[in-house]
Amino acid sequence: MAKTSQLPQKSRLLSLGCLALVSALALTGCGGSKVGSDTAAANTSSCVKTDGDTIKIGFLNSRSGTMAISENTVYAALAMAKDEINAAGGVNGKQLEVVAEDGASEPTIFAEKAQKLISSDCVAAVFGGWTSASRKAMLPVFEGANSLLYYPVQYEGLEASKNIFYTGATTNQQIIPALDYLKEKGVKSLFLVGSDYVFPRTANKEIKAYADANGIEIKGEEYTPLGSTDFATIVNKVKGAKADAVFNTLNGDSNVAFFKEYTNAGLKAATMPVVSVSIAEEEVQGIGAANLKDQLTAWNYYQTLDTPVNKKFVSDFKAKYGADRVTSDPMEAAYTSLYLWKATAEKAKSFAVPDIQAAAGGVSFEAPEGTVTINGDNHHIAKTALIGQIQPDGLIKTIWSSDQAIEPDPFLKTYPWAAGLGG
Amino acid sequence: MIGYLKGPGRVWVGLALGAVVLFVLAPSVLSDFRLMLLGKYLCFAMVAVGIGLAWGRGGMLVLGQGVFFGLGAYLMAMHLKLSDAGPGKAPDFMLLYGSGVVPFWWEPFRSPVVTLVAILLLPAAIATVLGLAIFRRRVKGAYFAILSQALAAAFAILLIGQQTTTGGTNGLNGFRGFLGYNLFDPVNKQLIFSIAAAVLLAMLLLTWHLYRSRYGELLVAVRDQEERVRFLGYNPANIKLVAYAIAAAMAGVAGALFVPIAGIISPADVGVVPSIAFIIGVAIGGRNTLLGPVLGTILVAYAQTTLSEQFPGFWTYFQGALLILVIAFLPGGLASLWTVVKRGRRPGPPSAAPMAAAAADPALASEQKVSI
Amino acid sequence: MDVVVGQLFAGLSQGSILILIALGLALTFGQMGVINMAHGEFIMAGAYTAYVMQGILGDAGISLLIAIPMGFLIGGVMGVILEAVLIRHMYGRPLDTLLVTWGVSLILQQLARDIFGAPNVDVGSPSWLQGSVEVGGVALASARLFILALAIACVAALSAIIRFTSLGRRVRAVVQNRELAETVGISTRRTDRLTFFIGSGLAGVAGVALTLLGSTGPTLGTNYIVDAFLVVVVGGIGQIRGALIAAFVLGLLQSVFQYSTTASMAKVLLLIAIVIFLQVRPQGIFSVRTRSLA
Repeated sequence: MAKTSQLPQKSRLLSLGCLALVSALALTGCGGSKVGSDTAAANTSSCVKTDGDTIKIGFLNSRSGTMAISENTVYAALAMAKDEINAAGGVNGKQLEVVAEDGASEPTIFAEKAQKLISSDCVAAVFGGWTSASRKAMLPVFEGANSLLYYPVQYEGLEASKNIFYTGATTNQQIIPALDYLKEKGVKSLFLVGSDYVFPRTANKEIKAYADANGIEIKGEEYTPLGSTDFATIVNKVKGAKADAVFNTLNGDSNVAFFKEYTNAGLKAATMPVVSVSIAEEEVQGIGAANLKDQLTAWNYYQTLDTPVNKKFVSDFKAKYGADRVTSDPMEAAYTSLYLWKATAEKAKSFAVPDIQAAAGGVSFEAPEGTVTINGDNHHIAKTALIGQIQPDGLIKTIWSSDQAIEPDPFLKTYPWAAGLGG
Repeated sequence: MIGYLKGPGRVWVGLALGAVVLFVLAPSVLSDFRLMLLGKYLCFAMVAVGIGLAWGRGGMLVLGQGVFFGLGAYLMAMHLKLSDAGPGKAPDFMLLYGSGVVPFWWEPFRSPVVTLVAILLLPAAIATVLGLAIFRRRVKGAYFAILSQALAAAFAILLIGQQTTTGGTNGLNGFRGFLGYNLFDPVNKQLIFSIAAAVLLAMLLLTWHLYRSRYGELLVAVRDQEERVRFLGYNPANIKLVAYAIAAAMAGVAGALFVPIAGIISPADVGVVPSIAFIIGVAIGGRNTLLGPVLGTILVAYAQTTLSEQFPGFWTYFQGALLILVIAFLPGGLASLWTVVKRGRRPGPPSAAPMAAAAADPALASEQKVSI
Repeated sequence: MDVVVGQLFAGLSQGSILILIALGLALTFGQMGVINMAHGEFIMAGAYTAYVMQGILGDAGISLLIAIPMGFLIGGVMGVILEAVLIRHMYGRPLDTLLVTWGVSLILQQLARDIFGAPNVDVGSPSWLQGSVEVGGVALASARLFILALAIACVAALSAIIRFTSLGRRVRAVVQNRELAETVGISTRRTDRLTFFIGSGLAGVAGVALTLLGSTGPTLGTNYIVDAFLVVVVGGIGQIRGALIAAFVLGLLQSVFQYSTTASMAKVLLLIAIVIFLQVRPQGIFSVRTRSLA
């Protein structure tokens, strides 16, 4: 393959010289703006077309990879909301035209596809994302281009961007009510188990601060790599620690292995209940209701909610996708997010980002979970917290409710014990 | 296709053509978004040049190049985060998740000079230490492949576990400037693209010289008959070590350039799967050739972006099938198609070549689209 | 004390899982020098076999017992097809085989996604494997005891085949010197195919067993494949006893590391330990002596 002939030394030097020249030219030839200069906002002029009969929006969910399991359901709920809205005449008289992209469960792809939706497809708003990593990856993209993201999943808080609307719960609408509930039930010690990523680590930081202030002892804190299925050691530690309850922030596959191990080790909900914040109706099916019998969850929506709006939502969903399908909190939040955008755009009578941002405060919607209202300051929404118990049929029954919608407080400013939590 | 080396003239023509396409054509034809995508592909292509050297010429199946790519990328990202934060201050995510104190091993990377030196040297240095341990003990073939893959797995797990100092699964992102230049400005985006293009061409030139040198021939000899080279009085371990270290350095530089272009680096970009993905492009393009790995990688990355947009599931089948067909029946990659057709002889079983050719045809067509 | 016994058991249990997933691989890798990345997907096929069997038969206990031989059969048949269609054509190119089989594994994963759906499926444990057995005040999970027994049974059966049957003699001959074996009239083609059948079948059995502990989904195999390879590399090529020792040592080490540090650090520490070990013994715990230079 390789030739034995050698280039003369001169030509080799020449070639390297040429190259140095080219790179130097490239470096100095065209200097752009420096950080902080006025052109920083050069990219913010939007290319959204609002003069036709349709308006483009983007759905960005993982349709492949490990998160596809969860995010496909969000996509289904979004698609249903879009069909409903279009059938009822669209938004501001325009039919919705969806550009769907696959985030492939990778933060880098989420950032890339968000950029594509904004600058190539010129969508008015993007709906989607699931993991905190995907949201964090998209955040600078949406802020840089001054575009809008509607994010439908509960998350770890400590964030508020004027370019993101958070339609899932922040910590004071999910985790803190769950802790309040446990405290009310006389729980004096907790064991924390989570997957090794942002949400569990941040959530546990907050849980520890709460426990400190409320005299609850933390007996242990364990993390496993995402997708890990070896829980013998951790369950062994949990068992040895003899805590009153376990707070579980595991995600995805790991829950299956954890609960099988938990059951096998003879641990039961009656003696050491596990409170989970990432297991909804959809996940219960994969873990097996038998392994989760009587365990607790904390969410803002369950399929079993007894309201007319929810009954219609559930039956419409089953009619569209099959009677064996279930509805869950993130799906409901995604469905709600599209309607909230519609309500805001109709209030603003515009699709322009600054108009939507200005009009958002106070916009409310009769969602399946109840009435939700956008908080204009932090772009989260007021939600009711619900503690549920997993039933043998795989559905979740509400056993405790905060009764009224809790105002979102992503930075936990109204909680004195959370003062040291950064952000 | 100029993938098959014939004479110096052809390579010069090829490089000049590449320079025209990358410096003149691409920036004027492509939108900012597409240009940045192409920039990403160029970074992957840099890794591919190194893999071509280590695997194609040196016979070392480097299944863990994500480690070196990640090292370069994280070094650059750390510098960008620190310079965004300002002198003496901590990056935003540290305030959010950690104590807000910058760990001591971050501090040196406040300086752009230290960062650039580290990007050039650290991946190569780590590869040298690893290579010394591995090659001296004559660990090779499958053992080497599995070890390097395990290394990629360990690296990703390590990054994820240190959320307060590496950003965990989130990785590092949200950079505002690159060496003081605003990253949102289209002019600066084009500048970074040009740097990436220039670096890639420089790497190709360097590799070309290596292939034609005495060292290049020794490397091939070690790949084909390590024992005989040993009997001739050379130490094969050192010969392999050099190729491994150069490949690592190239991956490191690629990672460093990937960060300002993509605007993010996360453990998902450095683990086992992306490491194998690097290999796929090289295998499909033609591991033995100079340009094969580059074009193959760009082609595969482009196909992934376009195909996975339409049919997420189908892309996986396509990728798997292409890999099987090319490796099993066309080991020289698409680059060897040229010679196969020219010489009128088929490398594999008779049924294979037409199939591979069919798979290649639309692919070649789309490759044109990328570079124009 | 309870903790020590508990961790010891966790380590043994982890070791038994490792040997189950690596046993078939040790066999095919040793015999043919072939790195089969699709081995993980054969494990996945075994797990889905258990799921399908449970769907047909209903009862978790009977279906598990039937799924074990069925899983062996299905894994084995998949292995034979892979050998006949692809691997046979690629002797002497072990690294290329690795990449080709990785392509196969991609396709099989996507196939599982399209057939069974992307979400995990639930495979119930039979009632007699739920709960635990008390031994000296320590609760040992029945499911893990069952897997330990299954692993021992598989190792014993395979050792017996290798040692006492004519197939075993042929396998040993081919491992030691392929050309010479061929010269004395052993059909290496047939031996290879049978070896691949048994090796891949064992992956299927491992898959059935894993449903007792974890989730069953399209990515099941990828979670285990790197671990399986490490066991083979540490154990040494072509040696069942090497793989056996490697699996249990790695299992115990992992359990010790995991208890004293965290699950993430344990994985990293384990890999460092392996790299250091290979410095001392580059060919693994045991290596077959051959006279060939390669």
